[in-house]
Parts: sequence; structure tokens; C-alpha cells
Amino acid sequence: MTGHGIRQVLVFAWGNPSRGDDALGPALLELLASRQEKGELPDVELLTDFQLQVEHALDLQGRERVLFIDASVSVPQPCELRPLQAEQDTSYTTHAMSPAAILAVYAKINDEPPPPAFLLSIRGYEFDLGEALSAQARSNLQQGYALACDFLNNPSM
Amino acid sequence: MSEQLETATNPENLQRVVIEPLTRVEGHGKVTLLLDDDNHVRQARLHIVEFRGFEKFIQGRPYWEVPVLVQRLCGICPVSHHLAAAKATDALVGATQLTPTAEKVRRLMHFGQTLQSHALHFFHLCSPDLLFGFDDAVRHRNIVGVIEDHPEIAKQGVLLRKYGQEVIRVTAGKRIHGTGAIPGGVNKSLSREELDYLLSDIEQVVTWGGEAVALIKRIYFEQLEYHQAFASIDSSMLSLVRPDGAFEIYAGGLRARDVAGKAIFDHVDCNDYEQYLREGVKSWSYMKFPYIESLGAENGWYRVGPLARVNNCDYFDTPLAEQERVEFRAAGAGGAPLQATLAYHWARLIELLHCAEAIRELLHDPDLLGDDLLVRGELQSRGIGVIEAPRGTLFHHYEIDADGIVEKCNLIVSTTNNNQAMNESIRQVASNYLDGRHLTEPLLNQIEVAVRAYDPCLSCATHALGKMPLEISLLDSRGELVERLVKSSTGEIRAPG
Repeated sequence: MTGHGIRQVLVFAWGNPSRGDDALGPALLELLASRQEKGELPDVELLTDFQLQVEHALDLQGRERVLFIDASVSVPQPCELRPLQAEQDTSYTTHAMSPAAILAVYAKINDEPPPPAFLLSIRGYEFDLGEALSAQARSNLQQGYALACDFLNNPSM
Repeated sequence: MSEQLETATNPENLQRVVIEPLTRVEGHGKVTLLLDDDNHVRQARLHIVEFRGFEKFIQGRPYWEVPVLVQRLCGICPVSHHLAAAKATDALVGATQLTPTAEKVRRLMHFGQTLQSHALHFFHLCSPDLLFGFDDAVRHRNIVGVIEDHPEIAKQGVLLRKYGQEVIRVTAGKRIHGTGAIPGGVNKSLSREELDYLLSDIEQVVTWGGEAVALIKRIYFEQLEYHQAFASIDSSMLSLVRPDGAFEIYAGGLRARDVAGKAIFDHVDCNDYEQYLREGVKSWSYMKFPYIESLGAENGWYRVGPLARVNNCDYFDTPLAEQERVEFRAAGAGGAPLQATLAYHWARLIELLHCAEAIRELLHDPDLLGDDLLVRGELQSRGIGVIEAPRGTLFHHYEIDADGIVEKCNLIVSTTNNNQAMNESIRQVASNYLDGRHLTEPLLNQIEVAVRAYDPCLSCATHALGKMPLEISLLDSRGELVERLVKSSTGEIRAPG
């Protein structure tokens, strides 16, 4: 039950746009969406949600590559891109599963390996309700956007 | 029990154990336990720290933005806030009766939201405890473990969740941040193609709903004594009901029943909620403690959510859920409401089944295809919207100025309604299972199992990676740190180096 055509590359960003730097993922997605409005990135599907949840494993079906994007308080600034492996971590608050656990769910429910997946983590600092992106997060966002564009422009990554 | 364990008489002489944050609970909550030198529990409190700032977030905004804005309050139940706010703004624009199309599209959205929320909670958050046992190895006790050992159940959970999300997408127009409900109605109805799309899977969804109820009943009755006793407390219960007493989650009046099932009040107009409910405060908690005014602050606390709704209603208007309700009510002692806290799971799945049946019925209703979407009346200064969110009764109350700007906002969310009840339940668990014993992860998990039964949404919607460790600190009677344990992202508990 996907309800739409499948594009080769999925970019999935999550976060709450009204929670300060938690908006980094959706904000980066908006930058990519503006490129699509110009006719670029035709093979890329952009999806967003507040949090990563178990049913998002179904969004990975039929993809050749997947890029997850999220704010992080633990990566070095400005951002970090790394490949993901399916991992049965506990994601112990499964109201917010890890992308590695989503890959593991995909493998289990489809009985096949998940598509190659990467995680772009952008350093965030403040997460209060009603706050905008912090100044440092805005700077990190630009670095993250450049990294995401490199990823999308380079199919061998 | 509440009075004994809510506040210790000599806290300065006790050890402090902090469980922070609770795992598999949305947002940020922590439990503190004070223990004496023999590990006897002298005080137990649940602290929920993320409810500050909601009103400030909304005040000063134009009312027409509110149904969209409030979705940002919570990453888990944005649709509940969306619909409660939409109902409140209906009142602001003088829309006393929506068009049939608008009301049915909203109801469909709400059934979809409740179905997906209940599926997430049972299959992904609680079934690991229920299927594997509360003392199962922590690395196994999560959804990945469920998929490993029960692949069909886990897959059903994923697909049920997805189906509910698709109902939301179709009715709201988007997967998230939808604008489906607007003051006075909705901004879209459904197309024939959308109806057919949702109809294509609904029979399977109803079947899975029935199987889910069968599963929880098997689990409940296999360990009947445990399920009846664990975290069990006697409480009043509050919910909406339809004018004829039927189960209702979108409209209707407020019904409160006492421990014996006797009416405290019934069919109360939601606009009058302030006459019947009060919000108490306690010095140790940011979250308020609502109570029924006529019973007073000490005895007037109550429970909301599936347990209250299934106990309170007179019947379901869908046949399969009604059949299950009859069996559920028969499990209560002498016809009284079933008070077992773990029966929340049973009630939740009966509701899931009802939502599936109700969606099936609605999808055959031609009003969903209509184009009469909006009504408007004379602008009012006060608007109150109340719905039954998946976790319980949700109140949105706004007052606006002549320019339509929100001057006053009061939200009572489901988790706040259950605040005292959750505290009562953890005290029962602390007293019965932890008292006098060396604390271990499985024992501490019992606290979380009790809290999870209520499915509290602590509503932070912030989850940046690496931001949510579980930390347990033990302090001696002088406040000195004796031991500190950290629960890592792998679920292992270790002492930091």
C-alpha cells in the first residue's frame, strides 16, 4: 500500500519543524524540494515525518539508494555522512526508531536485504518548542545540504 | 497507597533512584524512588517534564492557523490535536453543525488515527513485554525481537499501522502537517479512487483487528491473576459517550463513573467542562493533576483512555467490537468496571477492531464524496473542542479577541488526565514488586510496563540521535552518589567509565 510510483532514490528526513534544531532534517528536505521545483532530481523522492517509525520500512521498498537525514546532538559539527547497516538495536524508545533498526525491520518483513542506505546527521543544539533554528544549526544546514547534493549527484556513493 | 508513597516523611534519610527517561514512552519522563537502608520504597513519583510552553506556543496566533499549528505539539498524535483544535475553532466561527461530508471525513480521519496509534502501541511498544515476559533479556524485548520470533504478528502490526497512516493521508491531504480539518469543516472530501484504494485492504484490516483481540485475550487469561493484579488500582473513569450511551471518540458528552460504575455525572456538555473538572498542582511536578470537582482533589482523580471508554460506554455500534465489549465487561467483578491496568491493552485492541469496522462502514457512505464542505456562522470569542484521542480525553479551549487572535489557551491532554492514575500505578508496583529487593533492570522495567499500559504521550516530538539515555542514579541518605548506571543505545545497563 504505497499509493504512488516508486522513484529510485529515497531521501527521508525527520524532525519537528517547530522544535528548534529538530527542524534540521525537514529544512534540508525543503532545500532539496526547491531543486525539484526547478526540474532537478527527477529520480529522487522526498519524504518527511516527525519521527522515524516502524512503518517507514515500507517506504524503502523498490529503492536503489536511501538517504536518511536527522538532527543529532552527538555528531561532530557541522555534520556527518556514514553508511548504515541493518542492526537489531533496541532503539529503546521505539516511538523513535533508529534508521539501522528500520533497515532490520525491512529485511525481516520482506525477507531480503534492504537497499544501500546512508545517514546524514547534522549537529543541532537547541530543541525548545516554538524556537527557530539556531545560528550555528543554520550554518551546519548549509554544509549538510552540500553533502546531500554530493550524495545525490554521485550514484557511486 | 497514594498518601503513603507520594511523599516520604523523612526524604533526607533515603536513597534516591532515578529512572530517566522512561523507555518506549514518547517524550521525556522520569521516575524517582526513595529507598531506605533496607531497600524499602518510601516514595515513588512519576515526573513528566515536557508540557511547559504549549499555551505560549499558541497564544498570539490567529485562530485559523491553530488546527495546523497544534500538530507541532506532538510527533505521535498530531491528528488528535488537529481535530480537537478544529472542533474548538468550529465553535469560534459559529459552526454549530458541520455538513455531513465534513463530519464524516473528520470521523474517518480520527478512526484512522486511532487505529494506527493503537497498532503502534500494542504491536511495537507493549507486545514485547506481553509476548516475552517482563523479565526477558532487554536486547530481545523490543519490536525487533517480536519480528524475529513472531514474524506474522509483527508484520501485521506494520501493515495495520501503515493502513491507518494511509487513511490520514487521504483525508488530510498529506502524510503529515495536513490541513484536512479547517474551522467550520474540511478542505477536501474523498474521490472515488481514494475510496476504492482504502476499500481494497479494509477486509484484511478488520480480520487482523479481530486476531489482535484474540491474541490479547489469550495473553490476558493465560496469566489471569498477574494481569488482574499488576499495577491495578481502583479509580473513577472519564470519557465521552454518545447521547444514547454508545461508544464515541469524536463528539458526545462527558460521562464519569465511580469505582463501582455508578454515574458521577453524565452527558455533560463539553462547553461546561470547567464546572466539573479542576486542575490541581503539586510542588514536585510541572504537570497538573486534574480531578472531578464534586469529589475533591484527593479523591477526584480518574482514568481516561481505552480502559475508561470501554468500561464507560453502554455499547459499540459495530458488531464485532460489541461482542468483545460484552466479554470484557464480564471480566469486571460483579458487573463493576474492570480496573486492571493491564486491561488497557485489551480495551485498546477492542477499540482498534471497532475503528476497523467503523472505517469499513464509512467507506461505503456516499457522503464522503460530497462537495458541501464548510459552514460558517457568527464569530464567537470562546471555543472548546473535546475529542477522545487514542490515549484519552483531550480538551482544547481557546478565547480570541476581536481580530481573531488567541488570547487564552488551555489544553488538557490525555496524559495529564491520567497523571495521578499513573502515579498510583507505579506506587502499587513499587510497593508490590520492588520493595526490599535489590534493583535490577527487569525489576525497573516493571515500573515502565505500568506506565506504558497507559500509553502516555509525553509529547516532546524531539528525538535527535543520542539525546535520550536512560540514567539511574542511587544516592545515599546524605545525598552522595553511590552508583550511577546508564542504559546505552544497545539497551545494556553499565556503569560509565
